[in-house]
Amino acid sequence: MAATEQEVLAGLAEIVSEETGLPTDAVLPEKSFTDDLDIDSLSMMTIVTHAEDKFDVRIPDDDVKNLTTVGDAVSYITKAQG
Amino acid sequence: MSTAPDVVVTGLGATTPLGGDVDTTWAAALAGESGAKTFENDWVEKYGIPVHFAAQIKVQPADVLTRPETKRMDPSAQYAIIATREAWADAGSPQVDPERLGAVVSSGIGGIWTTLDAWDTLQERGARRVLPMTVPMLMPNSPVAYVELEIGARAGAHALVSACASGAEAIGYGIEMIRSGRADVVVAGGTEAAMHPMPVAAFAASRTLSLNNDDPAGASRPYDVKRDGFVLGEGAGIVVLESAEHAAARGATVYARLAGVGLSSDAYHLTSPDPEGTGQVAAMRRAVEDAGVSARDVVHLNAHATSTKVGDLTEAASVRTLFGGEADHVTLSATKSMTGHLLGGAGALETIFTIKALADRKAPPTINVTEPDPALDLDLVRDTPRDLPGGDIAALNNSFGFGGHNVALLATTV
Repeated sequence: MAATEQEVLAGLAEIVSEETGLPTDAVLPEKSFTDDLDIDSLSMMTIVTHAEDKFDVRIPDDDVKNLTTVGDAVSYITKAQG
Repeated sequence: MSTAPDVVVTGLGATTPLGGDVDTTWAAALAGESGAKTFENDWVEKYGIPVHFAAQIKVQPADVLTRPETKRMDPSAQYAIIATREAWADAGSPQVDPERLGAVVSSGIGGIWTTLDAWDTLQERGARRVLPMTVPMLMPNSPVAYVELEIGARAGAHALVSACASGAEAIGYGIEMIRSGRADVVVAGGTEAAMHPMPVAAFAASRTLSLNNDDPAGASRPYDVKRDGFVLGEGAGIVVLESAEHAAARGATVYARLAGVGLSSDAYHLTSPDPEGTGQVAAMRRAVEDAGVSARDVVHLNAHATSTKVGDLTEAASVRTLFGGEADHVTLSATKSMTGHLLGGAGALETIFTIKALADRKAPPTINVTEPDPALDLDLVRDTPRDLPGGDIAALNNSFGFGGHNVALLATTV
């Protein structure tokens, strides 16, 4: 069964926390991956790899560049689960 | 005319099968403890690996590092960073001009856990699941890259590879960086994390590992008649090297002077030492000459001595060849009897042991020697530590690697 936006946010926050060491409650929808969470391109691709695995979705590289905020990623993943 | 700066050691760090830092490791070594234990995994039943034990790291990196650090570093880099943080703090976390600060950290094998984990992932789950950090984690210069970032070194970061001589060669190169004027301070050492079933199987296949499965703690027994191969170890040793002038200017505590570097290569055989010991003698001679000490000053040797039939005696004979009658004054310690063989980390850890032996004037013991090989004609320190004489004394550390690499480092008291 597809995860809700809330569940996707919680799951993504865990992945981001593992990668960056930030607490999960710092991973909020309005946060920018680069400007707020200081995530570089290699870390972003690591997060994408784990997210694809966890939510069973495919996030093409061309779409990754449009995922500016955590909220963008949550919406994208929630829709992609279809 | 300017002369090359003297190089001293102002910081030590280690994580080993005997302990998570230098103090614990050194105390365990003086107490004659073994770090070897039976595997608590399924490698033997799953893969049929004939060796059932090794000297695994005592303190797990996950207990010391953050979760993101353990995920972004191969274990070889994790060990190096743990040892670097200890060594740097031990040196007093000095303020150094980044352009005058260098790093040299080697691994003999490289990021083999990362390499093989990624291969497993590729085979089982396809290319899309291979992690983006795989390459920067598996590259052999990954440990030194993390060290360079950690301390902010801009004079150069290097990873020399010479199998089991790598750690000593890295320290030798660090000494040269200071002598040649490229740096005032260099963080140098070696690391290894090859405790993976593939390299264990491969070393077993080369018939170089001890098969003393019934007695892991008694398996590494350099110079004993029943020695039957080395015991695989893992871990890292890191030293802070500093020009004597830089150390004095900041009032740093100095452990010892690293006064001589001797390098040679055998050009004899890929894996066997030259039975004549020509290259080993040359490396030790160069270290002694480089230091400008006399044979009589050398009172202690931390031997490479891995507990193999041929290697141990070849080295002992080389010592006799070089020093002649003066070899009678050299107390010989084979600390791999306790730590196992840290491969690329060995030369660095044993340099630390050599420095501690001089600083504390105590030669560590060689354990498990119940019947010394009658062909050994050197003064082996067995079972309990031996006091070293007072006054100005010097000690050697030998490290030899597959490929015929020979490194001898000479340290003196200060």
